[in-house]
Amino acid sequence: MATVSAERESALAQSGGESPEAVVVRFAGDSGDGMQLTGGQFTLSTALAGNDLATFPDFPAEIRAPQGTLFGVSAFQINFGSSEITTAGDAPDVLVAMNPAALKTNLGALKLGGLIIADTGEFSKRNLDKAKYETNPLEDGSLAKWDLLAFDISALTIEAVKPFGLGNKEALRCKNMWTLGLALWMFDRDRQPIIDGINAKFAKKPDIAGANIAALNAGHAYGETAEISGPLRRLHVDSVPAEPGLYRTVTGAEAISLGLVAGAQLAGLPMFFGGYPITPASAILHNLVKVKEFGVTTFQAEDEIAAICAAIGASYAGQLGVTSSSGPGIALKGEAMGLAAMTELPLVIVNSQRGGPSTGLPTKTEQSDLYQAVYGRNGDTPMPVIAARSPSDSFYCAIEACRIAVQFMTPVMLLTDGYIANAAEPWKVPDPSSFEPFPVSFLEEKNGPDDTLLPYKRDARGVRPWIKPGTPGLMHRIGGIEKAIDTGNLDYSPDTHQAQTDARKGKVDAVAGATPAQDVCLGNETGKLVVVGWGSTYGPIHQAVRRARRKGLDVSHVHVRHIWPLPSNLGDLLRGFDNVLVPEMNTGQFKTVLRDQYLIDAKPLNKVSGQPFAIAELEAAIAKYFDGVPGNEGGEVPVNDTQLPSPEA
Amino acid sequence: MNEMTKIETTLKDWETDQEVRWCPGCGDYAILKAVQRTLPQLGADPSKTVFVSGIGCSSRFPYYVESYGFHTIHGRAPAFATGIKLANPELDVWLVTGDGDGMSIGGNHTMHVLRRNLDCQILLFNNEIYGLTKGQYSPTSRQGTNSPSSPIGSVDRPASPCAFALGSGARFVARGFDVSKNLPDVLKAAHAHRGAAFIEIFQNCIVYNKDRFDDFAAAKGVEDQQLWLENGAPMLFAGGTKGITMDHETLSLKIVDVVDGDWQSAGVIVHDVTNRAVAYMLVDLRVAPKFREFPMALGVIYDDPKPTFDSDVVAEREKSSGGRVADLGKLLGKGQTWTVEG
Repeated sequence: MATVSAERESALAQSGGESPEAVVVRFAGDSGDGMQLTGGQFTLSTALAGNDLATFPDFPAEIRAPQGTLFGVSAFQINFGSSEITTAGDAPDVLVAMNPAALKTNLGALKLGGLIIADTGEFSKRNLDKAKYETNPLEDGSLAKWDLLAFDISALTIEAVKPFGLGNKEALRCKNMWTLGLALWMFDRDRQPIIDGINAKFAKKPDIAGANIAALNAGHAYGETAEISGPLRRLHVDSVPAEPGLYRTVTGAEAISLGLVAGAQLAGLPMFFGGYPITPASAILHNLVKVKEFGVTTFQAEDEIAAICAAIGASYAGQLGVTSSSGPGIALKGEAMGLAAMTELPLVIVNSQRGGPSTGLPTKTEQSDLYQAVYGRNGDTPMPVIAARSPSDSFYCAIEACRIAVQFMTPVMLLTDGYIANAAEPWKVPDPSSFEPFPVSFLEEKNGPDDTLLPYKRDARGVRPWIKPGTPGLMHRIGGIEKAIDTGNLDYSPDTHQAQTDARKGKVDAVAGATPAQDVCLGNETGKLVVVGWGSTYGPIHQAVRRARRKGLDVSHVHVRHIWPLPSNLGDLLRGFDNVLVPEMNTGQFKTVLRDQYLIDAKPLNKVSGQPFAIAELEAAIAKYFDGVPGNEGGEVPVNDTQLPSPEA
Repeated sequence: MNEMTKIETTLKDWETDQEVRWCPGCGDYAILKAVQRTLPQLGADPSKTVFVSGIGCSSRFPYYVESYGFHTIHGRAPAFATGIKLANPELDVWLVTGDGDGMSIGGNHTMHVLRRNLDCQILLFNNEIYGLTKGQYSPTSRQGTNSPSSPIGSVDRPASPCAFALGSGARFVARGFDVSKNLPDVLKAAHAHRGAAFIEIFQNCIVYNKDRFDDFAAAKGVEDQQLWLENGAPMLFAGGTKGITMDHETLSLKIVDVVDGDWQSAGVIVHDVTNRAVAYMLVDLRVAPKFREFPMALGVIYDDPKPTFDSDVVAEREKSSGGRVADLGKLLGKGQTWTVEG
């Protein structure tokens, strides 16, 4: 069955062509349907076709949720286009719904006039009941606002893989490949890299490989046939004129792992990674176990506390200690972070934030650990905090975290989030020789007068020497108790504690002098409004500010990487704007830090739904500052604004 | 402990210039001296020795030993020790903990360092009380212990550190007490063992739990209540007039009289440090209610080495890297890539 919506007819008539600048596709199905795999493969083919892209995997916390249920739906969204793409897109143009539950939970997001591709084979009475549909939406006319292409993908897949003699259940597992084949046809993609990938993955199971390829080809062939009538049309999205060089796709978790390896190499140190499984941080551990030739030791500890303590132990012994977790695990590590700060040992702590409090939303994204990162320890325990803005930026942030940790003998927290960790984007592979090395030197000889050792003697920046156990003659004791100036011997006298607290704060403050000044990433250095972001809100803020500027609005985008200490020029920079708007996926944490540090009237814009900001939400918020500006009467933006830039843009 | 070049030192070389801050008369002084006396006998190198501790009275220990030392956080010393040893397997790692630190807040880490078999010596000072927080009952306090947090007697049943260690998979379990002249020998045996060597040291907290172990661990006069175990020797005590034998009906241990030194005809068992089943019973002597009348088993109860965690981790790292050369450029450009032509 196929229907074309009136909206689509008129949109096609207006645009007069089928080569959009960007397209958003969402694959949604049961968590067992392989939607993440389909999305990943489609991402690869999109990158190979030279489009810029961003993805958003959105899956349930349950590993195998009961089949057909609303909470068991797993989705993968990709936004790709012929110009710079920085978000996974607001409203999908195409929704692939593998069952009624997938349709129900994702339909609300679909752009009016968008295309629904549905597998009728799964719209049984039983599945409709599970999705709480009283009538079949494919047949009751409720989808009239959208284009609909509904056919029995299940049956077509079984037919396509028949020669391979698979059981019904196994045959149906190839449904995702059939769907991928159709998607590849729709967007004019080369099938060969995917076929090569399937052959490599199932090298030892040629029947499974053959069946998957047959399903892929059948889906592709179906597109050719179906185009003859109905809503299905082939779209070609032009490739992005990209800087020449070697490219790959990279997720945040991959980029962080690579950045940590690079950081340790630049420091000239072996790396010790202590971790404990937790969503969404585990991927970093999984990546690092594969790169042991770089002097990486991985340790899956008995708990989060042991993971960080072992990492600190390794740092004490002269390696670069790294630990990684998500909010709940970071909470457990708090006391040990204090010890690293107190003993002044380098350590990198990666926090892949997720929705909280407590277990919260394990697989959804949030930025609500900023207070925890900046303030979340007992005592006056200052600690540098860096936030990555995108998957590829995570690579450079991880190197930066390693650099600060070893140059300032301090624990450093690197903030990322579930969105960055799982999302993929194309990345121009950097040349390692372009990185500035920061080799570490250990103290080898006594550094005090009269042949004495002063383990806590500070240099001009307030940094103490790093002394490895095993170094002849430099035996000394360190610990979490307050320590005397220079010698580090136990001393909790009033003057000592005052002086050492000041020294530890001064040292971390000095990091601001060794990190770049804050830049304006889009717009002017002064003006009516600045939108200040940090972390993974980069994409939607950037697009929203870009669109607002195209409408002539005087708005700038500042994106802060160094959360603590803040860049030394940030206060003056923000004071140059009439208004400061801080969108965050929390209840206003960075806004509070900015108010506290600069006494400026930073205004919050908050979202804690577990989903990233939509560009339209940010555009609406920006527009409120520009009442009376043509095109923004009442500070409103159209309800159904989409990722597709308007023709006049 | 791993192979090392032996270094000539004296007891003095292992003393720091720091004032020792334990209460006068504390059992910790005797343990400190025993360790400082033992280290020269081992040929230990202060530059390659690391004492790691958690929190509590016992955990101040590293400050008083002239080696590398790390006074960490409560209960977590085993995790720090793991990181240290994995980062540099050449180091000789000693872990000092107490009944609160090692059996309560850090019980989890004690279990895992033992099951992993990290090559280190673990000295658990058991005084059956929280000393540094002023005398609350601890996880090893006997039921009915009066303390500020249990004024009419503690309700909790106690944990038994050596039984816990065996249950956790320890390959070396020994016991000693603070003022025992045999303590250095127990320390030496622990040091000679490759892997995690667990020693429970009964320690007299003279302020909050004074003379708690006097029935078997007083400086003198209670030798009859001590069963000093020696590999290959019969389990005799009370000057050789009594011994331990197996009651074949109950499959349990029992005490027998030994007449004129003829332990063979009395059926006294010869101690085999690799016999795990017997070790499980030995650690219960005098501790478990049914063995209350037995002497306390002291010395090396169990010693049966297995490959260590640190050596296995090194081997796994080599195997995992599969002879690959570290090439960062190659790593960054791994996976499916594409080239944009200029």
